Amino acid sequence: MDNIDRDLINLLQGGFPLFPRPFLVVANQLRDVNETLTEQNVMDRVQRLLDDGFLSRFGPMFQAERLGGGLTLAAMKVEAEDYDRVAGQVNDFCEVAHNYQREHELNMWFVLATETPEGIEDTIQKMEEVTGYSVFNMPKKEEFYVGLRFEL
Amino acid sequence: MSGFALNSNDELARDYLLTPLDRALVVATQEGLPVTAQPYLAVAQQLGISEDEVIFRLEKMKEFGVIRRIAAVPNHYRIGFKANGMTVWDIEDEKIKELGMKIGQLPYVSHCYQRPRHEPYWSYNLFAMVHGTERSQVEERAELVREMLGDACRKHEILYSSKILKKTGLRFSTPNK
Repeated sequence: MDNIDRDLINLLQGGFPLFPRPFLVVANQLRDVNETLTEQNVMDRVQRLLDDGFLSRFGPMFQAERLGGGLTLAAMKVEAEDYDRVAGQVNDFCEVAHNYQREHELNMWFVLATETPEGIEDTIQKMEEVTGYSVFNMPKKEEFYVGLRFEL
Repeated sequence: MSGFALNSNDELARDYLLTPLDRALVVATQEGLPVTAQPYLAVAQQLGISEDEVIFRLEKMKEFGVIRRIAAVPNHYRIGFKANGMTVWDIEDEKIKELGMKIGQLPYVSHCYQRPRHEPYWSYNLFAMVHGTERSQVEERAELVREMLGDACRKHEILYSSKILKKTGLRFSTPNK
């Protein structure tokens, strides 16, 4: 990764132009740091940053619950001897998008996404039946900020 | 990683009904935009509509908060931010809004939400994801947050993830409900 990559990532984190030739717009925006940068150079760099895993995503960021579904963060307090079994059972639910082991008494944290808002409660109930453990539902009550700009 | 942010307080978006075309656009772009000179044209051709229409619908969804932004998302681990802690805070309810907004402004906080308590197991109502190059930096930053919160904060913890158990991301599949 060189300085142009860094400038490119910093710029693209803030937004990608909604114009017919967006990479040309980006190349022009980066002319200050590199006056020979072309549209093709920018495309090549973005593709390489994606291929090399420096960028995990490139495109529209949707707000999941605005698409009509349900979304929540949930946690469980699972005994060590049951952990692998419960993790497997929880992960088997297709509604589980991410699941993390965390260092806390509440040691399993996952995001649930369902096709309908009501689906959250149904899924939690089924999960409690299958695992034999309580699920703590922690839907957001208020959002203060989402998104992060990593200055490189 | 999919392009779904987890939450929003955008009141406007509650009133926005996705058209079938919007839904088709969501499905077509949720894995990302193609890296070609005219990515919106490529999407348009895939859906059998015009480039103008794609740009117009995306603009509309952005305006109503259905799309938070169109952007690149760095893999924070890959670019050197190897530590991230879920910091959780027990804040006086009447002060949480003001303080939540303040904490959310910090450059190293990526997500900041109010969530319900579950007493007696869980008394934290403010969640802030804090990023750093290493754990000691996350801890220094959490300490700065602690100072900003002052007396309104009764206690806090930092929860580090020790293992990713699953990471499929959110996927939107149904073209229509």
